[in-house]
Amino acid sequence: MTAVASRAALAPRRRPLTARKVLYSVGNHAIAIGVALIFLLPFLICVVTSLMTQTEAGTGALWPKHLQWHNFSDVFTAMPFARDLWNTMLYAGLSMIGTVISSVPVAYALSRLAWRGRELMFMVVLGSMMLPPQVTSLPLYVVYSQLHWVDSLKPLIIPSFFGDAFSIFLLRQFFLTIPSEITEAARVDGAGEFKILLRIVVPMARPAIAAVGLFAFLYAWNDFYNPLLYTGNSSNSQTLAVGLNTLVKSAHQSAYQLQMAASLIFLAPVVLLFFFAQRVFVEGVTLTGVKG
Amino acid sequence: MSPFLVGLALFVVYPVGATLYYSFTDYKAGSYLPVHWVGFENYRGLFQGSIFWTSVRNTLWMVLITVPLQTIWAIFVAWVVIRVKRGSAIYRTIYFLPAMLPIVATALAFIVMLNPVGPLNGLLAKIGISGPGWFGDPQWSKPSLLLMGLWTVGNTMILFVAGMLDVPAYYYEAADLDGANAWQKFRHITLPGISPVIFFSLLTGMIYTFQYFTEAFVASGAANPTLSSNDSIGYPQNSLLFYSSEIYRQGFDYFQTGVAAAMAWLLFVVVFICTVIFIRGSRRWVYYAGGTR
Repeated sequence: MTAVASRAALAPRRRPLTARKVLYSVGNHAIAIGVALIFLLPFLICVVTSLMTQTEAGTGALWPKHLQWHNFSDVFTAMPFARDLWNTMLYAGLSMIGTVISSVPVAYALSRLAWRGRELMFMVVLGSMMLPPQVTSLPLYVVYSQLHWVDSLKPLIIPSFFGDAFSIFLLRQFFLTIPSEITEAARVDGAGEFKILLRIVVPMARPAIAAVGLFAFLYAWNDFYNPLLYTGNSSNSQTLAVGLNTLVKSAHQSAYQLQMAASLIFLAPVVLLFFFAQRVFVEGVTLTGVKG
Repeated sequence: MSPFLVGLALFVVYPVGATLYYSFTDYKAGSYLPVHWVGFENYRGLFQGSIFWTSVRNTLWMVLITVPLQTIWAIFVAWVVIRVKRGSAIYRTIYFLPAMLPIVATALAFIVMLNPVGPLNGLLAKIGISGPGWFGDPQWSKPSLLLMGLWTVGNTMILFVAGMLDVPAYYYEAADLDGANAWQKFRHITLPGISPVIFFSLLTGMIYTFQYFTEAFVASGAANPTLSSNDSIGYPQNSLLFYSSEIYRQGFDYFQTGVAAAMAWLLFVVVFICTVIFIRGSRRWVYYAGGTR
């Protein structure tokens, strides 16, 4: 009797494809493709422009007559692209390492250890996420210039080795989802806190740590404000973000095709990272948002 | 923990305190002139200057118009992703990617696309619309930045997708039995279900937009290539002069450190107050599935 009833309840779902359903699906895809075109349009224009001559690029041509592939190699002579790229890689790579090794222990202390003032410290972490960078950058600039760090990569990289509020927050949220029985059991077995962190928590939290590393890398790669302040006057430690802005200001000010070619090389690593690690991105973003 | 405490003291506590102190002095970074205590002189000077109020107005425009529109657009895009059954991963990738790209590259691409004689106006001309001057026209420069803001809502969109997938399916099934139409289901099931994400999106959007700098700095500089970046701040006609652009100009172009510090502190206080008010107010309309939290 119950079997019959449940089968009857399931029956409507096994309906074969009706015309209505096909139409519905086609409609959904049509909307989705329309939205996709809106999102792809700036990309398309960027790619097409990067292959034009300067006249075509400046007059709103929609398609180049002959594809100018040499624009991409011209970028390397129009601006010190290789040097800027190296600086950007140093900044992004080292600050990624710094952020991860400094933020993991703090997040562990905020989620797994019981100590006085823990809640207060968590509020401080949340508060410093809200703090506008403009509030801290004026005195920091003075300090860095007294240390003779300005016009080098030091003001960009060294602070990341002292913990980053956003990363600590994200890691703490993940560490809280690890059952405390597991860490308790290790503690009973006599494992020290450092051993628990390295042997148990870190392997379990690999997705969150990957997300934090990836975000730190991207933040540094894309960062414009800090390199502008601290390396803006020195060509030798300039990063690509600042270099690109300088290209617009140079003799190549109306060379849209070079600007677009340089932009494409600049964002290519981000696109590659994104396609290989999209899961990590999605999980990382979700972790910061909904699970409060 | 201790390196973090050192870092906190060095990179947060000291600078916040020092900025407050600077704001009451006539300190000029890089000069050897003696520093005087000037009380509220910097603050009074700001309130009397017209440039300051221009930057406040422009920033409020971005906060009040761009942030809500970004949220609505992100909800719509997430809804599109959810409805497509097959191939939704491809669409999600396309919608998400722009949010991850360097702002400088995005701004340059938009400058090229929205060039008054550029490709978009060319396309518009083909369908008989004469396009505006975009970044070159003070009337259209902020809407141009708005378009850029809508292009980069991928992060928020991902959160809305996750939020929509979290709404239990049986709510919709029950609504179907009661004969609810698509709008009723969206209004009474989806919307309350994603209200925590709406809250998060508006709050983080507000905090980010109060500090809006890079997009405007690069766009103004690129739209006005004959002058230096610092001299192009706000181009055209101060229509892209935002609060943080003005802090940057006072602090790192004019080296009026005291004035910039006063502006920075005001920003911090305003962001803090707005955040508290917003969190208080949200208790009325944000619905948490777990009850109170």
